[in-house]
Amino acid sequence: MATVTLTDIRKTFGSTEVIHGVDIDIADGEFVVIVGPSGCGKSTLLRMVAGLETVTSGEVRIGGQRVNEREPMDRDIAMVFQNYALYPHMSVFDNMAYGLKIAGRSKAEIATRVGEAAKLLQLEPYLDRRPRELSGGQRQRVAMGRAIVRKPAVFLFDEPLSNLDAKLRVQMRLEIKQLQRRLGVTSLYVTHDQVEAMTLADRMIVMNAGVADQIGPPLEVYANPRTEFVASFIGSPPMNFLPLDVAGEVAPGAARLGVRPEHMRITPTDPRLTAEVKYAEALGAETLVHVALPDGTMATVRQSAGELQPEEGASVGLGWDAGDQILFDAKGVAV
Amino acid sequence: MEKRVTFKGIWLPLLLVLPQMFITAVFFFYPAGQAVWQSLFIPDPFGLSMQFVGLGNFEYLLTNSYYRASFVTTAIFSVLVTLVSMGVALYLAVLADRLIKGSGVYRTLLIWPYAIAPAVAGVLWLFMFNTRVGIVTWYLGTLGYDWNHVLNGGEAMGLVVVASAWGRISYNFLFFLAGLQAIPRSVIEAAAIDGAHFWTRFRTIVWPLLSPTTFFLLVVNVVYAFFETFGVIHTITSGGPQQSTTILVYKVYSDGFVGQDLGSSAAQSVILLLIVGALTIIQFKFIERRVHY
Ligand SMILES: Nc1ncnc2c1ncn2[C@@H]1O[C@H](COP(=O)(O)OP(=O)(O)OP(=O)(O)O)[C@@H](O)[C@H]1O
Ligand SMILES: [Mg+2]
Repeated sequence: MATVTLTDIRKTFGSTEVIHGVDIDIADGEFVVIVGPSGCGKSTLLRMVAGLETVTSGEVRIGGQRVNEREPMDRDIAMVFQNYALYPHMSVFDNMAYGLKIAGRSKAEIATRVGEAAKLLQLEPYLDRRPRELSGGQRQRVAMGRAIVRKPAVFLFDEPLSNLDAKLRVQMRLEIKQLQRRLGVTSLYVTHDQVEAMTLADRMIVMNAGVADQIGPPLEVYANPRTEFVASFIGSPPMNFLPLDVAGEVAPGAARLGVRPEHMRITPTDPRLTAEVKYAEALGAETLVHVALPDGTMATVRQSAGELQPEEGASVGLGWDAGDQILFDAKGVAV
Repeated sequence: MEKRVTFKGIWLPLLLVLPQMFITAVFFFYPAGQAVWQSLFIPDPFGLSMQFVGLGNFEYLLTNSYYRASFVTTAIFSVLVTLVSMGVALYLAVLADRLIKGSGVYRTLLIWPYAIAPAVAGVLWLFMFNTRVGIVTWYLGTLGYDWNHVLNGGEAMGLVVVASAWGRISYNFLFFLAGLQAIPRSVIEAAAIDGAHFWTRFRTIVWPLLSPTTFFLLVVNVVYAFFETFGVIHTITSGGPQQSTTILVYKVYSDGFVGQDLGSSAAQSVILLLIVGALTIIQFKFIERRVHY
């Protein structure tokens, strides 16, 4: 168990800086998820914590100790890779036992610890198999097992679920969450999937092009996005952004107004503006109505299934509560 | 699933393999048949008539101490050439694999020796180690070592081994490098996080994953050392001194073309043919069994 602290971390490849000063403070036992679009530097950040990538400037501390100069093996961490990175020529047992063997643990201790992990992850029937004889989900579990047998202070995950199909992903997501709760190990988890981030995180870090745009508990980030980027990245379908004049709002310093689709409603009484219905997507529990505003901007209204669905091409009135809108300035920062 | 090209009739495919069949027949089956046939005879001293002796040539060879000595020489020579060429190649490949920048340059430079014909390579090394004017000989002399591979059998063996292995390093290097680069980086990184330092990683992860490549190269290099080093030996030592570098292939040549003992030479060829056949079978058996992880 340990805290992880990143202070003004920067990373330069050649002459391009890809991480522009990130500060994070992870409490002992906390589950922190780094989320962001492809190429924003999530993996790079995680690999700097792991010691697989040098830190150009700034400081990484694990358990209060500066680890910038330490090799990966001296940082007391375990990592789960996107492609699992299992040792293909070893059995499942040996894959999990590898780190313990190197640490010089006794045969009996290795057997007990691997046995415990295998039981926890329901891998007992597969201990003699090679990784290629396992399904994707089982390989994923072996990778998790390899991480937990060593009882590290910190778990690092780099998109561990992205090679699984949608259903398995949901199931493994739950398992990871429960496992982390049970073991109470500080975890740093990277994903580009905002649903994964929302469901797993105690706190999440939304990264945008090498900068941590916002750090906070998922619901807090969802409700009060600090930038337009965060507002559009977290939440599906993304927040609607309306030019101020179209929305009929006057606010000094603001340029655009954001409203979540579930806060927007189609209403005949006292609408704030009128729009034309382009098409509607009925998803069963809810319906997404896509409308075009007078200036051509598209917006989405999320209705529950029971509500009256408007005709395509119809002209409708749109409304929302003033408390649900967020104003952004010209740079995209919430005002 | 393997994709197969299918032909409608039998004639087109036959026609397509015909040129290769022709070449194989003329340059392989015909001489091989000749060798088998000749190995059953001994010619008279003037080469005018042949006398059938059955397996006499083989019997003679197997009891002949020179021939057995040549077997031992060949074994030592092949083991050394294989070890040196593969060892150096693996070392260079590991170094090149760790390079992030400029590995292309090293790769290109390291491939060059492969383009040099064995005989030319032999002459090159001969010049450097020439007992009178060789630059290495001179340098060794200043260190107080008197190099003379013309008289010293051990030194002669050392020289032909180095010259033969040298040209082979490029080839092995390419395969080893490709093998190393096929190992996913994340597997190595996972091992590093698991606590394995460089040498442990090499021993427990890299080397086992490289074993199909290593095995393939092992067979190919033994075949090379057995059969393709003739040019090097011919130019540097001509099998001497006192037959200390007369490997089996060279003995086929010196007994047949120099000694004019065609029957014995042919019998030796047949034995070599059997050896190469055995090596090929071993290789196929193992490659079939080798799984791709
Ligand atoms: N070894 C490297 N050399 C040069 N540039 C690199 C290197 N590794 C990453 N980059 C660059 O750094 C940026 C961040 O890469 P990174 O792999 O951290 O992205 P990511 O957020 O993990 O993306 P993804 O979701 O696609 O995995 C990218 O623009 C990438 O091109
Ligand atoms: Mg990544």
